[in-house]
Amino acid sequence: MSDLSPSLADPQKEANEPSSPVARFGPDTPLLMDCGLVLDRWQIAYQTYGALNADKSNAVLVCHALTGDQYVASRNPVTGKGGWWTAMIGPGKPIDTDRFFVICANVIGGCTGTTGPASTNPKTGTPWGLSFPVVTIRDMVRAQAALIDHLSIETLFCVAGGSMGGMQVLQWVASYPGRVFAALPLATGAKHSAQNIAFHEVGRQAVMADPDWRQGRYLEEGTRPSKGLSVARMGAHITYLSEQALHRKFGRKLQDREAPTFSFDADFQVESYLRHQGVSFVERFDANSYLYVTRAMDYFDLAADHDGVLARAFTGTKTRFCVASFTSDWLFPTADSRAIVHALNAAGASVSFVELESDKGHDAFLLEEPNLFATTRGFISAAARARGI
Amino acid sequence: MTLPDPQTSRIDLKLVAEMVQPDTRVLDVGCGDGALLALLAETRGVDARGIELSREGVAGCVARGLSVIQGDADTDLVDYPDDSFDYVILSQTIQATRNPRLVLEQMLRIGRHAIVSFPNFGHWRMRSQVFFQGRMPVTDALPYTWWDTPNIHFCTIRDFVALCDLIGARMERAVALDAAGGKVRVNAPWWFWNLFGAQAVFLLKRG
Repeated sequence: MSDLSPSLADPQKEANEPSSPVARFGPDTPLLMDCGLVLDRWQIAYQTYGALNADKSNAVLVCHALTGDQYVASRNPVTGKGGWWTAMIGPGKPIDTDRFFVICANVIGGCTGTTGPASTNPKTGTPWGLSFPVVTIRDMVRAQAALIDHLSIETLFCVAGGSMGGMQVLQWVASYPGRVFAALPLATGAKHSAQNIAFHEVGRQAVMADPDWRQGRYLEEGTRPSKGLSVARMGAHITYLSEQALHRKFGRKLQDREAPTFSFDADFQVESYLRHQGVSFVERFDANSYLYVTRAMDYFDLAADHDGVLARAFTGTKTRFCVASFTSDWLFPTADSRAIVHALNAAGASVSFVELESDKGHDAFLLEEPNLFATTRGFISAAARARGI
Repeated sequence: MTLPDPQTSRIDLKLVAEMVQPDTRVLDVGCGDGALLALLAETRGVDARGIELSREGVAGCVARGLSVIQGDADTDLVDYPDDSFDYVILSQTIQATRNPRLVLEQMLRIGRHAIVSFPNFGHWRMRSQVFFQGRMPVTDALPYTWWDTPNIHFCTIRDFVALCDLIGARMERAVALDAAGGKVRVNAPWWFWNLFGAQAVFLLKRG
């Protein structure tokens, strides 16, 4: 086996004192969690791009996916890599930072500056670990709403995001119907399917099976469940791609050798690729955060919050929606998007929907997809005209 | 009320648009590139939505800022609640649906009014091609050969009127256009329309 233990940045420093702006909240603005617990001292880390206009009508909130962060269009201080959606967001891009004030926050339960299991519990002085309350998508959105209040913005021009970010977009409209002018949920669903929960469970079990996980107390005990988290990421990464994409990229090609070694080395290119994905992930992500955010996705079922009728989540909504799915996405297949669209139709909402042709799987929403950009640009521009910005 | 000519050569779009009252909610089924939706939004101030089967059509519409859903008239109309639109429009699409009767019934359930425009297979040119050449007709309005056509359910004006009677749809207005795009005489009998109308536009209401 190749070594799965990388050099680690200090996750606790980035969790408590991130290299980005942070909004801090005290007992006068506690975060009420769905599980019934209350965070009375908590913080949310965020990044902004562009400028807020005089009447504060041009704010775009971008919601990140499972293992994303607030560095949507700027360098991540841990990895040194550029923002995760620079194809979509920037000057002249579909979400144009010359026109819009773009906000992206790290979700509650995350590990890049928003309070989560890697943060220090102010009551004990030690990392929260598994004593952190279980997080839901609605908790994430509640925390974002507190940030938007903190920034003195009443109505968001647009809330956009893919995958778990798309779940947050839907939850935003359901939780704060009057505060979202336009919504762009991409490659997402109104609930997490049994298959998706199953994949997440495999990932969590991989983390918890690592002896270095120490029942979630690894930060105090000076260990890291790197192997478990790496395996979790490898498994998850496969679900983000497609059979065609893996075949095109790797096929059965061997890695740096002419013939199989008849061992369990990474003979195949696809194996080294996955190992690399796993290793680079543990450098930037906290294992307990992975447990919490995957759980948040699993619990998401917007219809269940409305007597099983998804349309009721959007009753009377004035928000304009644009829903998009990708042909090769098997994590959130087109049927999931159609279910959202049907509910929006039933609620009489203004909605556009397109299934975009791509062989890149679920991750297509993060990649260079000209059709996605044209759709987004058209939708955002038309909404901006309607909003008078 | 007359409207300025749309940027398209399709005269029936203008005719359809004139049947739509301003400031209403409209669903265009099979909206194609969104020409009618754009015309309605610009000239009638309507809240216009579309359904379109082709991915290219939808992508083009969304990029133009129109609210369009990728979907199939035959299967997706059932998802819309009763009375959710003032007008449901089926423009030059009924002949491409698998179940025209069901589509028409759904349109009248979803909308207070339905507007249907279609090519008349009873037009004398069609008849003469079948009669004299013994071949399936190919015309400017219907340029497809029989083996390469999206159209599977042709009807004549008389056929359509019979279907409306069958499902209890009330005809509020009916216009037939000749091959040059002119209106066929309003007080002409049905047989005259059926022979000289190249296409027809019907404004319907639930019976």
